[in-house]
Amino acid sequence: MQSAIPVAEQPVGRSLARPVYQLRNVSKSYGFGKIRALDPVDLDLRQGSFSSVIGPSGCGKSTLLKIMAGVTPPTTGSVILDGKPVLGARREIGMMYQQATLFPWLTALDNVLLPISIRDGKAAANARRKEAQALLELVGLKGFDKVYPRQLSGGMAQRTSICRMLITEPQVLLLDEPFSALDELARDFMNIELQRICLSRNATAFLITHSIPEAVLLSDVVYIMSPRPGKFLEAVPIELPRPRTLEMMTAPEFGEYVRYIRSRLDEGAVTA
Amino acid sequence: MNSIDTKTTSPALGRPITVEPGTFPETIWNEQVAWIDRVPRVVAMAALLFSVLFLWWAVHYFEVVSRIILPSPAEVARDIVVVGKNILSSGYMLAALWMTTKEVLWGFAFAIAIGFSLGVLVGETSFGERAVLPYLVAIDTMPKVAFAPLFLAWLGFGIASKVALAAFIATFPIVVGTAAGLHAADENARMLFRTLGASRWQTLVRMKIPTGLPQIFTGLKIGAVGVMAGAITAEFLGGGKGFGELIRVAASQLQTPRVFSLILYLSVLGFLLFWTVILIERRLVFWHRSSVAGIDDRR
Repeated sequence: MQSAIPVAEQPVGRSLARPVYQLRNVSKSYGFGKIRALDPVDLDLRQGSFSSVIGPSGCGKSTLLKIMAGVTPPTTGSVILDGKPVLGARREIGMMYQQATLFPWLTALDNVLLPISIRDGKAAANARRKEAQALLELVGLKGFDKVYPRQLSGGMAQRTSICRMLITEPQVLLLDEPFSALDELARDFMNIELQRICLSRNATAFLITHSIPEAVLLSDVVYIMSPRPGKFLEAVPIELPRPRTLEMMTAPEFGEYVRYIRSRLDEGAVTA
Repeated sequence: MNSIDTKTTSPALGRPITVEPGTFPETIWNEQVAWIDRVPRVVAMAALLFSVLFLWWAVHYFEVVSRIILPSPAEVARDIVVVGKNILSSGYMLAALWMTTKEVLWGFAFAIAIGFSLGVLVGETSFGERAVLPYLVAIDTMPKVAFAPLFLAWLGFGIASKVALAAFIATFPIVVGTAAGLHAADENARMLFRTLGASRWQTLVRMKIPTGLPQIFTGLKIGAVGVMAGAITAEFLGGGKGFGELIRVAASQLQTPRVFSLILYLSVLGFLLFWTVILIERRLVFWHRSSVAGIDDRR
């Protein structure tokens, strides 16, 4: 297996594509600098690449994601998306969380259309009902348009929330442990779905996860983070062919990647 | 390995049982439901009502207390008919009932308007939470009925003073319910709305208020009860032409059966108001299971 490349010596992954998401010197601290949540981070995400961040809990992964989404301002540094600084919510960004966060008073279809309805009004949302239905069909929820969230299982709710993310046709997907509440079978299925969606749309994805196999399965690059205050220890390029399949998870190279990342995480936990 | 205790007492059979090796025992375990929980609801409610009526009748019959103070159930029943006839024939009692109804409805309307607005101010703005809320809590701890003489002095003996006290009592639970409801939305929902670039107004109207409707309706239900108490108390203290005044006069003439029957008709009014709120809640908050008085079905 390849030796790891320090973060500074990127590019990795699909090195020909242009960087679409750039972070420079981004850090976050609370209480007038007393509590450092995230040490300065540099990051380049290339168009169409899939990157994962893996690290111990409380290492600032979610803070990093919130800063990238323009929801929380960084203490230092800047975030550039598609040549323009991120200073607030951006239309190009789609987000997904550990919980589906569907609203119980809206049908599945209206939940999917919520982003359109918030951004462009109810008329615009109504005009896109067909697309929303097509998305639900794509994730295997055909005929569930008029169903309310409490009648959906956890996996179905999470699939509905994928549709809600995709309806805005985002260029960038920010994913905060999106499938960690699902059982393993559903999770594998959703991961393959996610890959298919990203490849077909050439979307750039950034995934936070606790699962090393999940990170290896999906990513072009896996970033390993140190415990609090979080910083990138290493960027591990995953050079398995696309599209990835679940069978690859039993291949020896796959196991090598998983073992290597595990050992680096353990080292990080000891030295920090 | 035959360490199975063969001398166990079965809860279902109430006697010790023995299990022969290689056989499967008869039913030895049934879910135990107390007999009182197996009685149908209607029967249970009727039985309870009749026991109370019987007790009442017995106290009257054996003259445990003076019969002037405690009339018999039959006397009360007869008077209920008398009052009912008066109301149905558009007598003075109907006018009184209508007066009290108006006080209650106006009081509730004001309470909802003021309570909801203050609730949004307190729940949504940090000025409201830091500057307004302490005063609201301070006023809420005062016995609000004690304000009745003030309202009478300010607004006179007409309907206005009754509406004011009714609204005053019902406002606070609505403020608290609304403010609590606006805080009910979880961090993920807030994040989602922020990433969608939703305005503060959109976040409030399309996420926080719908999420908080169960709490808001809990406040409305408590308010609906309080508004009745406020209107009647104000009538006791400040006259007027409502049912409270009829009760006060009947009580001062020791017409106890009349007092009982008037209270019964008042409770019908309160019940109708409460159930209107519940019906609207069921329509609006269809996704949330809550039963009467906000008590969950679980034990």
